Amino acid sequence: MHPLLSAKEGERRLLLGNEAIVRGALEAGVRVGAAYPGTPSSEIGNHLFTLSRELPGLYFEFSINEKVAMEVAAAAAAAGLRSLTCMKHVGLNVAADPFLTLAYVGVKAGMVVVTADDPSCHSSQNEQDNRYYARLSGVPMLEPATPEEARAMTLYAFELSERLELPVLLRTTTRVSHARSVVTCGKLADYFRSEKGRFEKDPGRWIPVPAVARKRHRVLLERMREAEELANRSPWNRMEKRGPVGIAASGVSVNYVLDAVRELGLSDRVSLLLLGFTHPFPRRLAAEFLSGVERCLVVEELEPYLEEALKVVAAEEGLSTRILGKAEGYLPRYHEFHPGLVKEALARAAEIEYSPPETPDTSWIPELPPRPPTLCPGCPHRETYRVVKEVLRELGEEENTVYPTDIGCYTLGLLPPLKMADYLLCMGSSAGSACGFSVATDQRIVAFIGDSTFFHAGIPPLINALYQGHRFTLVVLDNDTTAMTGHQPVPSQELRPEPLKEKPVISIAKFCEGLGIPTVEINPYKKKEAAEAIRPLLSSGKLGVIVSKAPCVLYRAKFKG
Amino acid sequence: MAQGFRVLAVGVGGQGILLFSRVIGEAALLEGLPVAMSEVHGMAQRGGVVETSIVLGEVKSPYISPGEADVLVALEPVEALRALSRCRREATAILSIDPVVPQVVKDGLATYPELPPLLEKLRTVLPRVYLLSGEDLARKAGSAKALNVVLLGALAGSGTLPLAKEAFLEALRRVVKPAYLDLNLRAFDLGYQAVLSAQ
Ligand SMILES: Cc1ncc(C[n+]2csc(CCOP(=O)(O)OP(=O)(O)O)c2C)c(N)n1
Ligand code: SF4
Repeated sequence: MHPLLSAKEGERRLLLGNEAIVRGALEAGVRVGAAYPGTPSSEIGNHLFTLSRELPGLYFEFSINEKVAMEVAAAAAAAGLRSLTCMKHVGLNVAADPFLTLAYVGVKAGMVVVTADDPSCHSSQNEQDNRYYARLSGVPMLEPATPEEARAMTLYAFELSERLELPVLLRTTTRVSHARSVVTCGKLADYFRSEKGRFEKDPGRWIPVPAVARKRHRVLLERMREAEELANRSPWNRMEKRGPVGIAASGVSVNYVLDAVRELGLSDRVSLLLLGFTHPFPRRLAAEFLSGVERCLVVEELEPYLEEALKVVAAEEGLSTRILGKAEGYLPRYHEFHPGLVKEALARAAEIEYSPPETPDTSWIPELPPRPPTLCPGCPHRETYRVVKEVLRELGEEENTVYPTDIGCYTLGLLPPLKMADYLLCMGSSAGSACGFSVATDQRIVAFIGDSTFFHAGIPPLINALYQGHRFTLVVLDNDTTAMTGHQPVPSQELRPEPLKEKPVISIAKFCEGLGIPTVEINPYKKKEAAEAIRPLLSSGKLGVIVSKAPCVLYRAKFKG
Repeated sequence: MAQGFRVLAVGVGGQGILLFSRVIGEAALLEGLPVAMSEVHGMAQRGGVVETSIVLGEVKSPYISPGEADVLVALEPVEALRALSRCRREATAILSIDPVVPQVVKDGLATYPELPPLLEKLRTVLPRVYLLSGEDLARKAGSAKALNVVLLGALAGSGTLPLAKEAFLEALRRVVKPAYLDLNLRAFDLGYQAVLSAQ
């Protein structure tokens, strides 16, 4: 039995934040899950995928991208089944289009959208703060600080969603999703029934033509007022009044604040506003808090989301309370926090002496060799890069070539000695930017994209290239899996786990041939044959696709178990 | 330990840091001691720096700032040096002295420092430093892969955490696959004894 199922009601388990979210969803009786992987959210999808094989009443799919996943979950919730989708922060950019209008049409059964943000870019290309998506869309947002809160808030998020008929955004960060601590499990829902939902037609609600959209926007604003009242009274928003210095915090920062207050000996002197239900912003509660303190330090990672909301409240209420945050230089607007940083800011706000803990002498330590991530020994990506490099060198084009790249293990082609990655924005940008380089320069263009990324966002730009007549070679690194995020399935996969054996194998080469694009498929380990096969495409420089097919060595080892 | 306790575990991807910290967490759960940790998940590829922060007792922040760690456990010696500034001046360090040479060094792009003088110096910088021939001990137990559990035994033997040996063993039984249990129990014991005999 899956460990997240075996825990009984009341049992205490050591769970990862992401596991706790899954447990909360199982307690809420989630029936449909859909996701595209992305660190730090990936374990949620991985567990739901495994669980769906054990539970007749749970459907889960790894969708082709976050937008599709959002639409799958939205439709399920419209048809009366509780649903969940999860993604990394940048995934919500991809799913933003359906998400923002979903806020207008709403849901019937509860729907939870998990966004896992990544301050400090541990495994991401930016550190955007997705709390602004709650503000942009109008949907309620919950921010857990610990795995236990992640479980309980997920359970509550489904209820809240049903009550307001709106999806609910559950926003974590890396240090919550990947924190592990003790969680007290609740009662599991009954998964051995699997009756389907039923979609009730109502074009005046579900089809946001302008007349409907205008009406639904007003409905949304009314629901937001109701949600704000709930936020004002929510047990997830706690206020502790103890003195003239206030601290407001949400998410993982709550932990740093609690430690800082205790360790600086300020427990009986500072007032706390600890927020978990952060959109709509609980203005009345905040006003009450601010009116009881002289100044208020705001502790939140990334953007000044709470800080600006508090400043608005102070202005509206005519309060003279000073709000001390990023604008005042107390804490930075970039990268994740750590406890020491918060302690320093609090000491400054409370006007007490503080010197950071002394560290051991490290002056004697020489420069240490770095350990940048590198492609695994035997990785097929390395072999593909080598063949392409060799043929371009033969053609005298190695230096004259621009290499747009994409996101996945193969981005490491950036490092010497390969140095075959020149430009990257987001998933799918290899092919899209290749179109642009093709019109803007006379340089040769060879773009690289992974198989999972090709399906996710590589197909529309490839069709654009064909239609517009752009010239580049697209190398698809088909390693049979989504390696970077922990080996999730892809439609072209041949080494398949049992439950996916029934599904069709979608060949990338056949797809491209079907469009009429010159395409070759190679085995990158067979250097000579591969070089022969790709030479004509690379020397013509016209639009062409090379599909390099060989499984990720880690995935193959895991699969053969 | 009046208030709380912070353990920083460092090593290289593939050395089993996650299992190492998982066992400490389960042991704390068994003992009813509050515990939180922050794991590094992310890149699938091997060979990068990996660290876990484990906090016990009253501490809530699952992350360790410079000058805060009470114990540093390093599965690789250069990683111990890299993490030294995260320790308190009074910290205990437990490390395996066998290098895992980074790819950049093999490619001639960086140098791996000469260890013996650095490890000698480390002994003078922190009050308690345990240096283990981790790989030898792990191989003696039956597999070089048991290095993480050797270090776990060493941590238990050092007596720096408020967790009984029996709690570690029971946690190990819960976390490790049955087929590898004997191997891991041997590895634990070898690490435990190595530290006792060094005291
Ligand atoms: C919009 C978005 N979703 C998810 C991710 C996380 N992510 C990064 S690369 C990647 C897929 C990698 O798979 P693939 O293209 O097959 O390359 P591989 O790692 O297997 O070499 C994912 C899911 C992201 N960066 N952006
Ligand atoms: S995980 Fe797979 S694809 Fe990624 S670097 Fe290793 S072998 Fe290559």
